[in-house]
Order: sequence, then structure tokens, then C-alpha cells
Amino acid sequence: MRNPYRTERIAFSLLFLATLLIVVPVGLIIVIIIQKGLPAINWQFLTDIPRQGMRAGGIFPAIVGTIYLVAGAILFALPIGLFAAIYLSEYSKDNFLTRLIRLAIVNLAGVPSVVYGLFGLALFVVFFKFGASILSGSLTLGIMIIPVIITASREALESVPYTFREVSLSLGASKWQTIRHIVLPNAIPGILTGTILGIGRAAGETAPILFTVAAFYLPQLPKSIFDQAMALPYHLYVISTQVPNVEEKIRYGTAFVLVALVLFMNLVAIVIRYNFRKRKKW
Amino acid sequence: MRKFKEFIIEKLILLSGLASIFFVILIFLFLLKEGLAVFNIVSPFNFLFGRSWYPISEPPQLGILPLILGSLLVTVGAAIISIPIGIGCAIYIAEVAPLKIKEILKAGIELLAAIPSVVLGFIGMVTLVPLVKNVFHLPTGLTALSGSIMLAFMAMPTIVSIAEDALYSVPKNYKEGAFALGATHWQTIWRVMLPAASSGILAAVMLGIGRVIGETMAVMMITGNAAVIPASILVPVRTLTATIAAEMGEAVVGGEHYFALFAIGIVLFVISFAINVTADLFLHRRQ
Repeated sequence: MRNPYRTERIAFSLLFLATLLIVVPVGLIIVIIIQKGLPAINWQFLTDIPRQGMRAGGIFPAIVGTIYLVAGAILFALPIGLFAAIYLSEYSKDNFLTRLIRLAIVNLAGVPSVVYGLFGLALFVVFFKFGASILSGSLTLGIMIIPVIITASREALESVPYTFREVSLSLGASKWQTIRHIVLPNAIPGILTGTILGIGRAAGETAPILFTVAAFYLPQLPKSIFDQAMALPYHLYVISTQVPNVEEKIRYGTAFVLVALVLFMNLVAIVIRYNFRKRKKW
Repeated sequence: MRKFKEFIIEKLILLSGLASIFFVILIFLFLLKEGLAVFNIVSPFNFLFGRSWYPISEPPQLGILPLILGSLLVTVGAAIISIPIGIGCAIYIAEVAPLKIKEILKAGIELLAAIPSVVLGFIGMVTLVPLVKNVFHLPTGLTALSGSIMLAFMAMPTIVSIAEDALYSVPKNYKEGAFALGATHWQTIWRVMLPAASSGILAAVMLGIGRVIGETMAVMMITGNAAVIPASILVPVRTLTATIAAEMGEAVVGGEHYFALFAIGIVLFVISFAINVTADLFLHRRQ
């Protein structure tokens, strides 16, 4: 007869193995990037322009470009995303329109990133004639991260207890006053978490900026939002596939800066979430 | 005055709520606007099933079958690797792992999801590609197999987190009932938990596959970019996404090549739309 306890032991070992198959490579990737990338990091690498066809010098313009792009994307996406989340959590009824909005958000989150690139090219670069510029790139990235911000903000707003709203309304506050002074302040940490995750996502994406903003090699800082700019993820793509004979150190260094930036954002989001959960009053 | 201000704000809130619908339609319309023109040059049938993709020859040959097969091959490979491992890991995290290890594992999975795809592509180029080349004694390690392995890793965070959610939301009394009847923990998982969570797990798999089909940068960096119908999993291929990313830079705005790349965008949009709507239906049936 088959022994169910032996079957269980075998099954659990297989499950553990599957888990190791994911976690060990993740650990290895991080270790490789830190081990080979960290030695390349120094003040000059972070603050100098790329020199000798990107085979020497630093990555300063790419860092600045990414910061501009991400700032632009957030300026555009945060108000729309936050207001949309307020609509969904405070105003919407359970009807066909709401279901349609939810479906649209799911789809917006699932559109392949390169399709966002095509869309940005057709709408902002060609149709609105913004050209390949920081403006086009920021707007494209902004639309891409709207679903991230809506989902996180909505969850934060909905987790504010209903009684808070009832008390405020019973004291004669209007609906908007209740949202503005009671619901929003209590949802700020969740909204912040969503925004930071959106920043991390926007900073790491390459495909949406390929045809909307990214400059192959531009050894100066952009002067206006109608200029092209370099960006970290695209720079890493360029020096690892398009330019021959780039020193390994520079590639790993660029990868390290990009990963550090994105993971730092995620870490901040996790810390905010953790602190908020600890201090939660309800 | 206050009433008026609130009126404006509430209208803005409503507009923002509708913005998602607006953007989805806008994306689709602009893909159609730029992409449909390709069908003046090539019929939809020949576009989808044409066997050669030479967009800059004279006259251009715009058949995307090699690209569709490239995407399909890489996706099937990634699915075969990521589905069992992903679901196994989800069961381990949801049911077997002790509480402390569980939190660490979840953080590790989130970490993987956060690494930008261009970085994974770069790491794949310097580690995985030489490995595949040496193990199979190939002239190049830039193959569909390398792409499948890398993409499997990009699908796993999606599969693990959604499948784990699905298992977690199975009512506790199902499990207690099985235990009370004398089932072992594994029998409970296999015969009770998994069937109860099946629609959520199916949605997890679909969304993972959706992620794989849409992935661009990593796949462009490690699959070798050869737009020919693949004969095996050990040769270079080119996917739909990589074709757009690699060729749009050279295409002239308003030219045949440009239209054809947007038409590929329409194909990708339709595929991702279908996957997301179906997965959403499955996720909803669960609740």
C-alpha cells in the first residue's frame, strides 16, 4: 500500500526545490551585480559625461535624463491616478460603467511596454509634433504607470473605515470636505507607496522611451522639455549590445546604478507600508 | 462659491475616473490609424501568414509568420518552465513555509519583479547565453531556449503572487474539513486546496503568459534576432515585440515599414486584451 506520509515528504521536497529554483537565481543575480558593479562606482563615474564613444567617463547625463523622465511621468500620472482612485472608492456605484473602468485599468496594466512606445510615437511625437523629447517620453511613461497608482491608491482609500466618513458627514461636512480632510490624510501612506512603486517602474522601463525620447549618445544635459535625453535603462541597452568593446566594468557599473535606484524606491515603499501598518489606529 | 468649487472638483474626479477607458480607446485608435494602412500593400491573410519578413527589400515582403512563430516558441518554452515551478513555489509559500521564511520568500519574489527587464537581459547575456552555448555545443548561445529561460523568470513573480493569493483565499473550513476526515496535509492541498483555487491559478498562469508575450528588452537582447521560421529551440529567433523595438528606429514615419510595425502592435494589443479580459473573468468567478 502507498504510504501517504512518504508521498507528502516527496511532494514537499519538490515544492521546496521549485522555490529554490526561483530564489537562488534571484540571489545570484543580485550578488553578481553588486560584486562586479560596485567596484566601478566612484564619484567620477556618477558625475562625468560618457567619453570616447561611451567606452570611458561616466553616466551623469543618463542619470539626469532618467530623473527628468520620472519626474514628468509622476507629475502627469499622480493627479489623474489619484482622482480616478477617489472616483472608484468614493463615488462609483456597482454598475456597468464601474465594471468597464475596472476592465480598462486591467488592460492598461497589461498592454506590452513596446506598444506604449508605439502609441507615444504616434500620438505625442508625430501627431502632436512634440518630437522625440522629454515631454513625449514622460507622457508615455505617465500613462503606463497610471494603473499602478490607481490600484494602490484605491486600496488605501478603501481601507479607511466607513465610520470615519459617517462621523464627518454627520457633523455637516460636505462629501468633498470629508474626502479632503478625513479620507485622504488617512490614506496618504498607501498612496505614497503606490506612487513610489510607479516611480520604480518608470525608471526601469526601456521599450516605451526607445522611440519617444531616448538619445543614443548625448554628452550634454537637456535644456528644455523639448530636448532629447539619455536614460539609464536605454544607456545600459546601448553599451551592452550596440557599442563594441565597452569595458565590462562600465556595463556592470551602469546596471548597478539602475538596479540600486529601482530597489531603493521599492525599499522605501516597503518601509512606509511597514511603519504605517504598525501605527494604524484602527 | 464653495459649492461651485466642489462641483468643479467632483467633475474632475469623474473625468479622471473615465480616463482609463479613454486611454485604452486612444491607444487602440492610434495603433489602428497608423497600422491599418499596411493592408493597402499586403492582404491581412498574407500579413499574418506570409512566410518571409524582409521589410526593407524592394518590394518589401511583410509576412509576420516567422515572428509569430518566434514569439510562440519562446512563450511555450517559458510557460513549460515557469508554470510548474511558479505554482510549486506558490503552494510552498502559501501552505508549507514557516511564517518567517514565508515573508523572506515573498520579499525575494517582489525583488525579482522589480528588477528592470533590460538588467535581466544584460545578466542573461553575460551568464546564461555562454552557458547555453557550451552545454549544447552551439555556434551561438543567442537562442530561443535562452530567451525561454530568461522569460520564465520574468513570468514567475506574476504567477507566484496571484496563485498564492488564490490559495490564500480558499476558505479555512475547507482545509479543516479535510484534516478532520484524516487527510494528510499534502492530500488536502492536492485534492481540496488546488481544485478550490483552480480558477485563480488559471488566471495567474494566463497573466504570466501575457507578461511573457509582451516582454521586449530582455528577449531582444538574448534571442539572437533572426527573423526566420525557427527549426528548433536551439536556433536564434525574433519575437513580435523585439521586431518593433529593433526596427522602428530605422523605419521612415509614414512608410510601408512603419505601417507594418504598427500593424504588429495591433496584433500584440489584441492578444494582451484577450488574455487580460479572460484572466479577469476567471479571477472574478472565484470571488
